[in-house]
Amino acid sequence: MSQQQNPFRRYYLPFRGRFDPCPPLGPKVFVVPPNVLTGFQPPDYPQFPPLEALQKGTLWEPFFDYYESPYRK
Amino acid sequence: MWSYEKKLMYPVKVSTCNPTLAKYLMEQYGGADGELAAALRYLNQRYTIPDKVIGLLTDIGTEEFAHLEMIATMIYKLTKDATPDQLREAGLAEHYVSHDSALFYNNAAGVPFTASYIQAKGDPIADLYEDIAAEEKARATYQWIIDQSDDPDLNDGLRFLREREIIHAQRFKEAVMLISDDRDQKKVF
Repeated sequence: MSQQQNPFRRYYLPFRGRFDPCPPLGPKVFVVPPNVLTGFQPPDYPQFPPLEALQKGTLWEPFFDYYESPYRK
Repeated sequence: MWSYEKKLMYPVKVSTCNPTLAKYLMEQYGGADGELAAALRYLNQRYTIPDKVIGLLTDIGTEEFAHLEMIATMIYKLTKDATPDQLREAGLAEHYVSHDSALFYNNAAGVPFTASYIQAKGDPIADLYEDIAAEEKARATYQWIIDQSDDPDLNDGLRFLREREIIHAQRFKEAVMLISDDRDQKKVF
């Protein structure tokens, strides 16, 4: 899990007790989607080409966030 | 009034016979943060919201029904050819004895939909903040379903729906700004 790759992911390390029964999962990841820090959409926002936009679910490049499970090998 | 287009908002393809995924998808069908709850929430709140953002609630509420239809299609495809044995293995025996393979507005744990999943406080800020939270909860639910699903074609559709949740949350946040700013009033200092 590299922290640089996706600007919409944050990590924290849960407290680890001495008697925790299971091996640690390591850093816990959570999503901070693009809508959180954008505010009102600025004018002249970059757009995907129409067909790509239909496939991605948004016309606006900065609002696109591809999700893959962090647990997937 | 609505007009109906006889096609899905995004093509639904399921590549593996895995009825367990249908059970998980029911969270988005009849769950607290599911598409039905979202559609009913927005289309009901829009009567008591400032004029500027009524259209937004209508648009998004309508789109949620298009999402609901996609989820229904996914669940149907995953269960329509499943035998009672397969449904039992998928944890859907209780669903089967009550509904056969009919769809029903249950969540993933089999709890039936209830109107108390949605709110309408009549206070525009309270209602829009609830809508933003609902979109983020639905986005997270899609993530957890994708985490549980190993069907690439199904996940493709779920990723599309998750992205729409992000956009909806963005628009609801803009709606809060639209009704809170008094930028169309001329101020002289």
